[in-house]
Amino acid sequence: MADQARFADLAMEHMSSLYSAALRMTRSPADAEDLVQETYLKAYRGFGGFEEGTNLKAWLYRILTNTYINTYRAKQRRPEETDLDDVEDLFLYNRLGGLEAARAGRSAEDELMDLFTEAEVKAAVEELPEAFRMAVLLADVEGFSYKEIAEIMDIPIGTVMSRLHRGRKALEKLLYEFALSRRLTEPQADLAT
Amino acid sequence: MDDTTPLEPQCEAALHEIYHLLAGELDDEKRQQITHHLDECSPCAEPYDFYAELRRTVAQRCRDTAPPSLLARIEQAIQHEPH
Repeated sequence: MADQARFADLAMEHMSSLYSAALRMTRSPADAEDLVQETYLKAYRGFGGFEEGTNLKAWLYRILTNTYINTYRAKQRRPEETDLDDVEDLFLYNRLGGLEAARAGRSAEDELMDLFTEAEVKAAVEELPEAFRMAVLLADVEGFSYKEIAEIMDIPIGTVMSRLHRGRKALEKLLYEFALSRRLTEPQADLAT
Repeated sequence: MDDTTPLEPQCEAALHEIYHLLAGELDDEKRQQITHHLDECSPCAEPYDFYAELRRTVAQRCRDTAPPSLLARIEQAIQHEPH
């Protein structure tokens, strides 16, 4: 059983990463701050039941996810249908991979980082259907294991994997649309067939 | 990689698992099989590097710093909680 007096020492270091996830989910700084505050208050109240030595960050994310679902999701419900049938394996690589070779004199490591601005990557992630978005944030931004994500989101691990599969595909498609709109590459419709 | 040539089975297996490999979700045997294949097959290593970089890009671009006022708000709210 964890001691409430130690709560701040242990929990506050995760505030910025919780805030980042909250921002991606609510898409509003004011709502993100409220969501993080609510998460910490619930965590503080429930800290007596938290078993020290288990994964505190995962526990905080679980509270954040539940609070988001219960409080904020209803506000901005919208269709979650995304057609991903035309997104094959290696979708983005097949369309942008060649750019790396074409840009001589720059290290391949920097290419993608330079290709998409911070605003574009954030906008693409925030465009993802909600259930996919949370899974992608937890796996690819926060580095949680699939098993931890299953516990955080309270869904079976097979569902985690299918949401990640679809979410990552959708993200590739959205980033490709940014690349096209900035004329970083020419459309390659033939590849999709 | 040429789209018109069918992939070797070991290439297909490796490319299919790229994201799981990057996420550290493969068991030891499968991870070793695939990393060994990537060491030997540059057409597969190239997309692997691309997706490794994409994952790093997404992770780094999605980091925000919480405003200092939020920490103050939370600490204040916690102080008002009954002990």
